[in-house]
Amino acid sequence: MQTLTAHDAIGQALAEEMRRDPRVLMFGEGVATKRRDLVAEFGADRVRNTPLAEGIIAGTAAGAAAMGLRPVVDLLFAPFLTLSMDAIINSAGKLRYLSGGQFQFPLVVLTMTGAGWGVGSQHNHNLEAMFVHAPGLKVVMPSSAADFKGLMKAAIRDNNPVLFFMDLALAHVPGPVPGGEHLVPIGKAAVLREGTDVTLVSYAKTVGHCLQAAQSLAEQGVSAEVIDLRSLKPIDEATVLASVRKTGRLIVVHEANRLCGVGAEIAAIASEKAFSALTAPVLRLTGPDAPAASSWVLEQASVPQPDAIRDAALRLVGTPVTA
Amino acid sequence: MHPATDLPPDPTMRLSMLEAMMLIRAYEERLASLASPTSPGTCTSVGQEAAAVGVVRALAARDRILTNHRSAGHLIARGADPGRLMAEVMGRVDGYCQGKSGSLHISAQELGVVLTSTIVGGELSLAPGVALAQRMGQQAPGGITAVFFGDGAACEGIFHESINLAVTWQLPLLYVCENNQWQAYVRRDETMPIEHIADWARGHGIATRTVDGNDVEAVHAAANEAANAIRDTGRPYFLELTTYRQRGHFEPDDQAYVDAAELASWKARDPIALMSTRLLEQGVVAPGELTHLQQRVDTAITAALAFAQNSPWPDLRELSTDVYA
Repeated sequence: MQTLTAHDAIGQALAEEMRRDPRVLMFGEGVATKRRDLVAEFGADRVRNTPLAEGIIAGTAAGAAAMGLRPVVDLLFAPFLTLSMDAIINSAGKLRYLSGGQFQFPLVVLTMTGAGWGVGSQHNHNLEAMFVHAPGLKVVMPSSAADFKGLMKAAIRDNNPVLFFMDLALAHVPGPVPGGEHLVPIGKAAVLREGTDVTLVSYAKTVGHCLQAAQSLAEQGVSAEVIDLRSLKPIDEATVLASVRKTGRLIVVHEANRLCGVGAEIAAIASEKAFSALTAPVLRLTGPDAPAASSWVLEQASVPQPDAIRDAALRLVGTPVTA
Repeated sequence: MHPATDLPPDPTMRLSMLEAMMLIRAYEERLASLASPTSPGTCTSVGQEAAAVGVVRALAARDRILTNHRSAGHLIARGADPGRLMAEVMGRVDGYCQGKSGSLHISAQELGVVLTSTIVGGELSLAPGVALAQRMGQQAPGGITAVFFGDGAACEGIFHESINLAVTWQLPLLYVCENNQWQAYVRRDETMPIEHIADWARGHGIATRTVDGNDVEAVHAAANEAANAIRDTGRPYFLELTTYRQRGHFEPDDQAYVDAAELASWKARDPIALMSTRLLEQGVVAPGELTHLQQRVDTAITAALAFAQNSPWPDLRELSTDVYA
């Protein structure tokens, strides 16, 4: 198996899908500048730079998708999505329904966010839950290089608008990536570590933090199961519920802030559908309800770290926390 | 190169354009007469029929249309069935969108009327992608895209983003600005310092033309010229039609905020009256024929209303269908 960064895994997914399907094209700010290999192979018509204008980039993607093209647009940093929300939410997300099913919007919006570069909250804002709340959209946020490739390929083949969030701290982390046809279904979580005492549900960079916490928990005799949601919409309820029914304890961990975040939804699902299995309150470990700071120290403090996850799990299972 | 535009006006075509305007008027006035605070209202285009008919009649079957919340004229000019339109406005299953659109977002793939957005400026954001797909030969190759919007949409930032992209990417896109002097409940001159939207557009390096939007034949000639220019050059074109919204923003609307003298002056230049008078004076139509035309469109609208009222409500299972493909 090859070793690729997430950025290169996405590049490979793009190249494979553009080779497979002539309807796939990509545009955005600097796309043709940064992905010269794609321009060379597929031509300037299918790999385009755009003006710095997120509204028209997303709108053009929606219009092209309704006409049968399959655009992938790079909107760079997630806070810039706010400038494109009319096209994504009001057009791509709603016009299939409002037209009585006459149109579909097979498009992918690629965007980066998360702590790691100290770029501050106008470049770092984990606002993925805003799009989870909008009808007609799908949302993915992978944590491993292999999933970046597999989910990008699946997103391009999906007949619906897919928001593809890349945690920028993971963009240049190498990992094993299957070559060729590797598809990860949208809406399917991954159980990365099996356990029996507590379930840790997460996505993006905090998945790695959960795995580290699970390792130290094991050293203290606590068996933690770690689930990587990968897709935030649709959400894989079955995998979460099966785990909660087994462990009876649930902690949801994400970098995005708490109020109405994905963790709130996971907690509600567990409470509605697995209440009798729960032996402890559901906990959420999240970022604060504050804009992301630029200072490295403050930025790191806003992300749930492995020690905090470990300690929360120990409290849940009733083991004294040692400093 | 395009000999059709050089021929003398064909009387059948002229009458047909008049009848289309009359049908739009009859449709919208009937809908407005039904409006009440508890029934679904509508945004009419009364007074703007010449813009719709003149432009749409200059388009080919392979061309695509994007419209907005004031869409009935564009749809009917393109051949939409008034019965199915009324059914849509009333939320019935026989509507073009199975009752899910209502009056505000009606699209009709079968007519090439794609992607209506009622977000003012939304149609401008979608249009370059439609034209790009045509230019790349994905759908309706060789066709052009016509996008209808108003002076209100021109005040949105997306107006400039859209034109800049269309010019830069050389997209086959016809911008049709119906400058109707009103932006919802605000007069245009309260919102912008210039008279003509084309002045803004020209700054983006797009070919522009401003014509009398109440003269259907002037509109038609200008739209033909614009469409031919786009087909010949592959570049976008900006057509501004100066007109006036004769009714309120959204029915019912008492228009208490409208200056009566201004409204009267525009009604004196009503597009249907203008064309009727011209055809009468030129002997193309006799007074009796006009009466007959009016009866014919009224009968058609009465039948359309009956069709819509008899159309069933959607099954409640439709609440969650067609959210995803």
